[in-house]
Amino acid sequence: MSRRLKPPDLAQPDGRPLLQIDPAGLPPLPYPCDQPEARAPWAPLPEGVRRTCAGALDDTCAVSIPRPKNREEEEAWVLRFLSGLEKLFTRENNWTFLQPLLLTMEHCARCQTCSDACHIYVASGGQDVYRPVFRSEVLRRLYHKYVRRGGLRSAWQHGEIRLNWPLVARLIELAYRCNLCRRCAQACPIGADNGLVAHELRKLFSQEMGIAPKEIHSRGSMLHLQAGSSTGMNPRAARDNLEFIDEEMSEKTGMKIQTPWDVIGADILLIHNAGEILAWPQNPGAFSVIFKTAGLSWTLSSELCGYDAVNYGLWYDDAQFARVALRHAEAARRLGVKKIVIGECGHAHKSLSITADRLLTGDLNIPRESSLILLRDLVAGGRLRLDPSRNDFPVTLHDPCNIVRLMGVEAPQRDVLRRICPQFHEMTPRGVHNYCCGGGSGFAIMSGHNFRDWRLHISGRKKLEQILNAFSGCMDPSIPKYVCAPCSNCKGQIRDLIAGYGLWDRHRLLYGGLAELIVNAMSDVRPGFLEWSWH
Amino acid sequence: MSAVGVRIEMTLVLFVAVYAALLVFLAACAARIRMYARAPMHLRWELYPIPGETSGGDAASRTRRSRLIAELRFIVPEVLFLKGLRQHNRRLWRRSFPFHFGLYLLSVTVVLLAVGAALGRLAPGLRIGPPVRIIYWMTSLSGTIGLTSALAGAVGLLERRWRDSGLRAISTPADFFNLVFFLLAFGALAAGCLLRAPSEPGIREIAAGLVAFDTALRIPGVLAIGLLLCSCLCAYIPMTHMAHFIGKYFTYHAVLWDDAPGGRGGRIEARVAEQLTFRPTWAAPHISGGGARTWAEIASERPQTEGKP
Repeated sequence: MSRRLKPPDLAQPDGRPLLQIDPAGLPPLPYPCDQPEARAPWAPLPEGVRRTCAGALDDTCAVSIPRPKNREEEEAWVLRFLSGLEKLFTRENNWTFLQPLLLTMEHCARCQTCSDACHIYVASGGQDVYRPVFRSEVLRRLYHKYVRRGGLRSAWQHGEIRLNWPLVARLIELAYRCNLCRRCAQACPIGADNGLVAHELRKLFSQEMGIAPKEIHSRGSMLHLQAGSSTGMNPRAARDNLEFIDEEMSEKTGMKIQTPWDVIGADILLIHNAGEILAWPQNPGAFSVIFKTAGLSWTLSSELCGYDAVNYGLWYDDAQFARVALRHAEAARRLGVKKIVIGECGHAHKSLSITADRLLTGDLNIPRESSLILLRDLVAGGRLRLDPSRNDFPVTLHDPCNIVRLMGVEAPQRDVLRRICPQFHEMTPRGVHNYCCGGGSGFAIMSGHNFRDWRLHISGRKKLEQILNAFSGCMDPSIPKYVCAPCSNCKGQIRDLIAGYGLWDRHRLLYGGLAELIVNAMSDVRPGFLEWSWH
Repeated sequence: MSAVGVRIEMTLVLFVAVYAALLVFLAACAARIRMYARAPMHLRWELYPIPGETSGGDAASRTRRSRLIAELRFIVPEVLFLKGLRQHNRRLWRRSFPFHFGLYLLSVTVVLLAVGAALGRLAPGLRIGPPVRIIYWMTSLSGTIGLTSALAGAVGLLERRWRDSGLRAISTPADFFNLVFFLLAFGALAAGCLLRAPSEPGIREIAAGLVAFDTALRIPGVLAIGLLLCSCLCAYIPMTHMAHFIGKYFTYHAVLWDDAPGGRGGRIEARVAEQLTFRPTWAAPHISGGGARTWAEIASERPQTEGKP
């Protein structure tokens, strides 16, 4: 075993990564990914990136922090970090999460129970840097030394740490080696929350230092607030795309589908993740088919942000989070709807239903509901005529962390699948104890340099193992198989896993949402809604 | 000064130390509780499963049935038997459970000693009655098992923290010190109880002496050291992460299980409305707080400037 890494090691001179992973030494995957031809490649991090980007932590790079030009610039960044650190522990700046953060800072017993609950730590073969407590321990030591001004006694009690630019840069990268799935917090005997620590560190870097991965900030929440969608689609383009989807759905189903827009006084405002419109148009199309068949009073909104449910601020920035959440609620208020229904997007569920709940004061606090609950009610209530034999192929269900572990919606999607999928296989573990797909907290849309390869090998490894185990015995390519992932981000990650390991090409393993499976089983719709082709 | 005089002064010092430690313990616990209780209302950050919640809906549709009973059904085995640790980290549980259970029994012993001493003082007639005899035997039982169990657990925890390289790498000097402190304090107490002569006062007599503040008591040296160390330990615990008996209440009730919706016109909304008037000073260009604008104003605007390093 190589030397154990300790929190102070983050302050080692930058340039050389603290950790290098040999993919061959990672925990084995089940059949068929135990075969040499089914192993995903892992491109080395380009030398140019190592030269120009700060924060050499491991074999990848998520944030691409430009290297400071000189010592003065480094020191200026460290001072900005210190300033942000202090703000993180003040009421005025961080009332949003101060209490849970303090509790985690004060009471971790460093027992490491969280480590074995973390899919990233386990899948890496037990690399110290990926322990949930590792980054928390760095923050805890800094908190006691610089915020509580602990001095020598603090160093003895809470551990020593040396603050310099390499430590700050590596900590920025390390904040993006956690999916924020909070499985570690579930296992903690005290209830300390190391996922929250990664979240709070990301906030410090974004809100004080202006540092965040471009995919979630400049091309994410900023684009969302400026153009109306993180995809860059403006309202006109969104309507045009939906019109095109309606035509396709009408053709496929034999029903006249017309998605309603901006209907004042409708019962439901449905907000999709706009990424679905571009990447998986059959999902919003399936919703339109179901809602029309069920005779619901519903609408989409063409307000700025009102047609894109994502809220990337949930992962890294309270100000961006609040701005987007307010716009979602305002879109619903203007239409005068009775409730907002959130499409198949996990973090959109969590952000608008739960995390933004207390921010939405007065008439902005419009009821919000998961589409999974509505779909269950429609299926169970007999509003749709269903023929389960149309879905007679193996199906497994991925539980998006944001919807299940962090929101408690566990039964509705199962109620639906048990009614419409005769060959439904559960994963192990499942429900609130399920593993993250490895794409959570924005990772699924982050593929810079070789970060995608890191996702496939490390953060997605446990999910891949679960999927393969759920389908063990039916991996023959003559049997089509479907991973139901009712979350856009998870679908992106599962798509990359399936493609990266060649599981569609060699084993006919496909993925998709829940709404598509429902429409595929609808007797009123022409058979063959699901297309067994790679997309 | 005579030897008796020294003894009396030593006893006085010991008694003062015990009471002072108790006061420090209570004050430090109160300060910690105050720190958490006065923290601002945070955004919802619950984690499931939440006892008593159905698994079928979100905040708007969920029903609450016998939430309190469900919480108790979760928390009692969790606190008494460390159920979560047993489930997630069995190797550590084998050491941590006897340690914690020993501490619980020792806490019960302290209460029984105090009750026994108070009864003896307030109602001397009851001294040989059944209630006092029951307390007598319960004190002996809980004290003996508690001390043995806590000592065994502390040895086990120390051994594990030292021998597991992953655990050791992230431990601080205080993590080892704390366990050694427990061993020394409980070890000295156990040795004091075992080594004292039959004619010398034992724990019960000392407890009675503490209640009556009888400084004429001649306390054996080893037992006095044990009591002094235990008093220091008692004062020390709430100043460390070991005050998780407080932290755990808040992490569960104020964070992980706190799914109380905001709603219109309620207490939560009023608190959040006040907090939205706070003026943050975050410096990134897309926020530009600077203390000039409130959270509500910042949230209502569309940022034009990106935050770039």
